[in-house]
Amino acid sequence: MDQIWQMLGENSSFLLNGVLTTVGLTILGFGGALVIGTIVAVFRVSPITPLRVVGTAYVEFFRNVPLLTLLILIVFGLPDIGLLFPLFWCGVLGLVLAGSAFICETVRSGINTISVGQSEAARALGMSFGTQLRLIILPQAFRTMVQPLVNNFIGILIGSSLASAVGVSDITNVTQQLNIRYAEAVVLFLLSGAVYLVFALGAGGVGSWLERLVSRSRIGSAR
Amino acid sequence: MTPTPLVEVRAVRKAFGSFEALRGVDLDIGRGEKVALVGASGSGKSTLCRCINRLETITSGSITIDGQPLPEEGKALADLRAQVGMVFQAFNLFPHFTALENISLAPIHVRKVAKPDADAEARELLARVGLSDKADNYPAELSGGEQQRVAIARALAMHPQLMLFDEPTSALDPEMISEVLDVMSELANEGMTMLVVTHEMGFARHACDRVCFMDAGQIVEQNSPAEFFDTPKTDRAKDFLSKLLHH
Repeated sequence: MDQIWQMLGENSSFLLNGVLTTVGLTILGFGGALVIGTIVAVFRVSPITPLRVVGTAYVEFFRNVPLLTLLILIVFGLPDIGLLFPLFWCGVLGLVLAGSAFICETVRSGINTISVGQSEAARALGMSFGTQLRLIILPQAFRTMVQPLVNNFIGILIGSSLASAVGVSDITNVTQQLNIRYAEAVVLFLLSGAVYLVFALGAGGVGSWLERLVSRSRIGSAR
Repeated sequence: MTPTPLVEVRAVRKAFGSFEALRGVDLDIGRGEKVALVGASGSGKSTLCRCINRLETITSGSITIDGQPLPEEGKALADLRAQVGMVFQAFNLFPHFTALENISLAPIHVRKVAKPDADAEARELLARVGLSDKADNYPAELSGGEQQRVAIARALAMHPQLMLFDEPTSALDPEMISEVLDVMSELANEGMTMLVVTHEMGFARHACDRVCFMDAGQIVEQNSPAEFFDTPKTDRAKDFLSKLLHH
């Protein structure tokens, strides 16, 4: 037992950096995926056929390719065409691409929950498609998407562990390295697992809080 | 009727799949004219109303507003829609904006009016529909009648040349119908051009210049309210009116 404490003590800053890397991957990955996913969702509901085709192709590709495959292609494939990114950003890129495909579908189904009367009223007032989305549809759609977005967030958090396989020093990668040195697999992976668990539970808690906030507001369900 | 109608509907047909909702409709609406569109459910009156601002696209025929044919979806259509106010059966207020914001939103973002000016006009419009004290309430906090009055104010804020009312009182409890009809009658008295799809025969008789009776996708009879209600010409109109009286 003392040995374990000693190992953790000696490597505390190494472990902490791993945790911070995981947090960075997840937050940047989710933030980027939210932006890209929303844009692709707008493509998919737009009245312009080529945009819808592009949006559908994007989702079907990135949703149906394993994240690990995607990460390996980014890390080893992009340099071949002259694009060399730091490993961390390769990880972020992979998470954004895969995450945005799932978030796109969350946003799209959120948009579909808004009654068609809302868009008819906006159109009848002379609003363009973009104005309609920005002012009327998306602000209402996001309110219905809190829990599905928490799922997407947790997916990206857990998916970020795959970045360890391409050499990003996230918490999984760090515990792997320590395991090679100390041969304490159970303790170390319990530790990294606990990190994911804590953050995922935290995200769920924030989600529930946001949802209560939304349902308690005066905006209510006036549809 | 004035010589150049504001709205000209010519030989309009509208099919939903194999079902023909409109089967060759001709209708002129003169400037300042108030036209009631009556008929049984499914006769095509709402569809016709929705075709006039192209919320439904017509299958054949033509519709012009102020001499201009309805454009394809895009900027030109948005500009034209901005001049045609529409009031829906289901109100369709924006639930995440207050009553005041619902009214000033389109002037600010479509007509590009400065916010203070748009808000000031929105307050005037709220006063006009008798809801000055509800400016900061969200739609969920308003009764159905209040929501519909805000919806009318919202449409008026765009300074429309024409107002379309698609069964504006059909979703309201009976005690709220008159507050909405009062606002509409006032608007009619001020000279607004109006097309009103309605089951409120009292309103059609007293506030409208002409009644168009639709059946099975066609206007089968149109006349002044007095003529239409007292001496209907067609059997279908007689049948429709007799059912109204007996229930």
